[in-house]
Amino acid sequence: MTELRIRDLTVGYGEGRVLDGLDLDIPAGELTAVLGPSGCGKTTLLRVVAGFLRPEGGSVSVGGRTVAGPGVHLPPERRAVGIVAQEGALFPHLSVARNVAFGLTALRRPERAARAEEMLDLVGLGGLGDRMPHELSGGQQQRVALARALAPRPALVLLDEPFNALDSALRGGLRADVRSALRATGSTAVLVTHDQQEALSTADRIAVLRDGRVAQYGTPHEVYGRPADAWVAAFVGDAVVLPGRRLPGGAVATALGELTEAPAVPGDGPERCAAPGEHGTVILRPEQLRLSDPGSAATTGTVTEVCFYGHDALVTVTLDGGTSVDVRHPGSVTTAAGRRTGLTVHGPVVVRAGGPAGPAERGVPAARVPVAGGGA
Amino acid sequence: MNPPGRPSPQPPAPPEADAPADTGAGGTGDGPARGPAGAPHAPAGRRGSHRPARRRVPLILLVPATVTALFALLPLVYLVIRALERGPAFAWDVVAADRTAGLLSNSLRLTVVVVAATWVLGISLAWLTERTALPAPRLWAVLATLPLAVPSYVMSFSWLSAFPGVRGFAGAAIALSLACFPYVYLPVAAVLRGMDPAQEEAARSLGHGPWRTFRTVTLPQLRPAAAGGGLLVALYVMSDFGAVSLMRYDTFTRAIHTSYRASFDRTPAAALGCVLVLITVLLVVAERRTRGRARYARAGRGTARPPLRLPLGPWARAAATGWAGLVALAAVAFPVGTLCYWIAVGNSATWQPAALLETAWATVGVAAAGAALTVLLALPVAVIAARYRGGLARVLEQASFAGHALPGITVALAFVFLAVRYANPLYQEWPLLVIAYAALFLPLAVTAIRAAVLQAPESLEEAARSLGRGPLRTLREVTVPLAAPGIAAGAALTFVVIMKELPATLLLRPTGMETLATRLWTHTDNFAFAAAAPYALTLVLIAAVPSYLLGRHRS
Repeated sequence: MTELRIRDLTVGYGEGRVLDGLDLDIPAGELTAVLGPSGCGKTTLLRVVAGFLRPEGGSVSVGGRTVAGPGVHLPPERRAVGIVAQEGALFPHLSVARNVAFGLTALRRPERAARAEEMLDLVGLGGLGDRMPHELSGGQQQRVALARALAPRPALVLLDEPFNALDSALRGGLRADVRSALRATGSTAVLVTHDQQEALSTADRIAVLRDGRVAQYGTPHEVYGRPADAWVAAFVGDAVVLPGRRLPGGAVATALGELTEAPAVPGDGPERCAAPGEHGTVILRPEQLRLSDPGSAATTGTVTEVCFYGHDALVTVTLDGGTSVDVRHPGSVTTAAGRRTGLTVHGPVVVRAGGPAGPAERGVPAARVPVAGGGA
Repeated sequence: MNPPGRPSPQPPAPPEADAPADTGAGGTGDGPARGPAGAPHAPAGRRGSHRPARRRVPLILLVPATVTALFALLPLVYLVIRALERGPAFAWDVVAADRTAGLLSNSLRLTVVVVAATWVLGISLAWLTERTALPAPRLWAVLATLPLAVPSYVMSFSWLSAFPGVRGFAGAAIALSLACFPYVYLPVAAVLRGMDPAQEEAARSLGHGPWRTFRTVTLPQLRPAAAGGGLLVALYVMSDFGAVSLMRYDTFTRAIHTSYRASFDRTPAAALGCVLVLITVLLVVAERRTRGRARYARAGRGTARPPLRLPLGPWARAAATGWAGLVALAAVAFPVGTLCYWIAVGNSATWQPAALLETAWATVGVAAAGAALTVLLALPVAVIAARYRGGLARVLEQASFAGHALPGITVALAFVFLAVRYANPLYQEWPLLVIAYAALFLPLAVTAIRAAVLQAPESLEEAARSLGRGPLRTLREVTVPLAAPGIAAGAALTFVVIMKELPATLLLRPTGMETLATRLWTHTDNFAFAAAAPYALTLVLIAAVPSYLLGRHRS
């Protein structure tokens, strides 16, 4: 069952379009992450769904009821859409319990108090109802904001980068707690974030947004394992992107030798796959590459950089043909810049139509996109 | 006291600032808005920053705000109609008389000198109290705010009663400068306090000495605050009636009053009033021009370190303390001392506690009613100005600022005309006086409340909406409680200013009703200093309480 249905949503005019004909269906009872870089329109999408922004075109329906569309614009208070803002947005003049009870106008006073306490228990803050918001830590404030949003049993909860203001040590625990609170209430939720780790680890589904449209929509496994294109690959995790030519029989010729192509799945449209004999873009993950002895390997190169992260290291290798690739090396590294090394590839790779230069031009933030040959 | 319409610092909004952008009170300065940001991309997606103009103002705000705007424009429109009643030629003859040019130049000369003097006093004291190791900076800060409680005509009275020789231009300039410099001091001190020390440190590390740093980095950032404060001073001087009258210095405002009193034909007074309005409008426009295009923002979030204070050697410290002490002596201790002296030498004939109490009570009552009405009218306009963009919001806000360009005497004239013609039962009744106060001081309240609403994060209102509250209930349950301290400060400020108001009170008060200001004025005009002193002191003492609280509120 679809809880949130968005059709052809457009915000902004002409060149300044923030959302450009966006379609998205979000199933009931799931947590969907809307992931995208800064300026991709994800916050705008959230504000349109919540009712704070009026779209120029398209429609939004929540639970089968059209809340925004041609001639329809339901005000935020009549949409039954809860929202958890980036920094909680608790009312500083109300106690925690009154914050949580704020949306429970339909209930009578004792029921209201009981429901507020129940919601506080759910987020692990039972007994703190008499505190004022400023007496809580940042993580606790976010829990209260979630309890407040869930208390009126909204059809949909929107989470606007709710973990952003917290330091990384707190984030993991809070994410897990938010997940379980959403599960316990059976809520449908949309999490807006620019943090791919957060999206991969927390969400049931991920919608990757680019330039006001959905670039890919699927489970975290699908998005990471079978990225729709090189841009998505580089945005969601680290990626090695190479040009390649398709050979008959499910193989592809690249600077790393002949690689096996992953079998197509129903989700991949034909327009995404390159035809045999054609040139395309080969996408693999750095953990699919292993360093090996230069003497016995088919592909060899020189280590140009080593970035050590503790649990693993990212080693940049310039192949003898001039192409640079990243290799994720588990554990401690024994190699260093300037050394010769061999490379082996494990597992199938994804081949997409078109050249690999696209993503670099689009300016993928903070992602490593080694571009072949340097002259593309 | 914020000069109305000074742009609040814009949040830095680079085109990539979507994700970690501030959710807090975004700047919604009313500076020249050039559409939603310069970048063609993602204008609507940036929270806390410019909103697209597409959000509609709910009727529940729009209707009362429109009423307020029309009300604010009423005196101006009526003044023009009345001035032209006997034809443009007649009005022109009044305005073009030889005397007019002389009066105008008197007014302008006084304005230039007083603005320059308040800049020197205000900026030097602000720098000393905020940026140097001056002993007891809090004490000096409060002392520099207290002259707000001393009306300019009380300042004139105290100087005149001590030194009958100071009158005319010099006396008026001294009294007005001492009474007005807090208008410069307060905004400049606020900017100095909020400035990021990293900017000055960067200048020092790039090889600029302390003086050069002050001149090239600090001073330019003070420019908008100093210009805004200077505008308030200029408007005050142009519209001042009490101080110049006591000092027997002929200015434009005084001429209007005389013309009104001199004959039953009020068209000449209206024509002269229009000229005064024109000049004040020019002053407002000139100040807007000086603002320039730079935005003085801090590039970063959160609170910065407190600015460094310049250490002072023994000689410098003595000089700094001496200067601050001298100003406090002249602007606070001297007027209060003179008043106490006159009370001490007065006798039972001049000292009438019953009359004093009655007058004080009437003053407080009418000022409280005026402040309440002003705040009530200002609230919808201020909320719209803080929360909505677009032409309609701007028009409403600008219209409510009309009183800013209307000297008290012209507003009073307009309401006299209106009442006599269309609402005769109101003429010389206290509601009319309260209404005139509201028209005069609306900009003050709108500015204060707008700033307070901007302090309340918009995300809280959105949270309330998403939890099922309509616009009106959101306003009542979230916005107003959050902005309450700022609204109260605006009300207190309006209260003080109304208490001190003289020209409109003189023209519009009910027959027989006296306020502290009118009593003081009548007695001083007759050189009955001992009789005037108790009223002056009571006025200063009552006005000092909110002024002191305002000074603390800011720091």
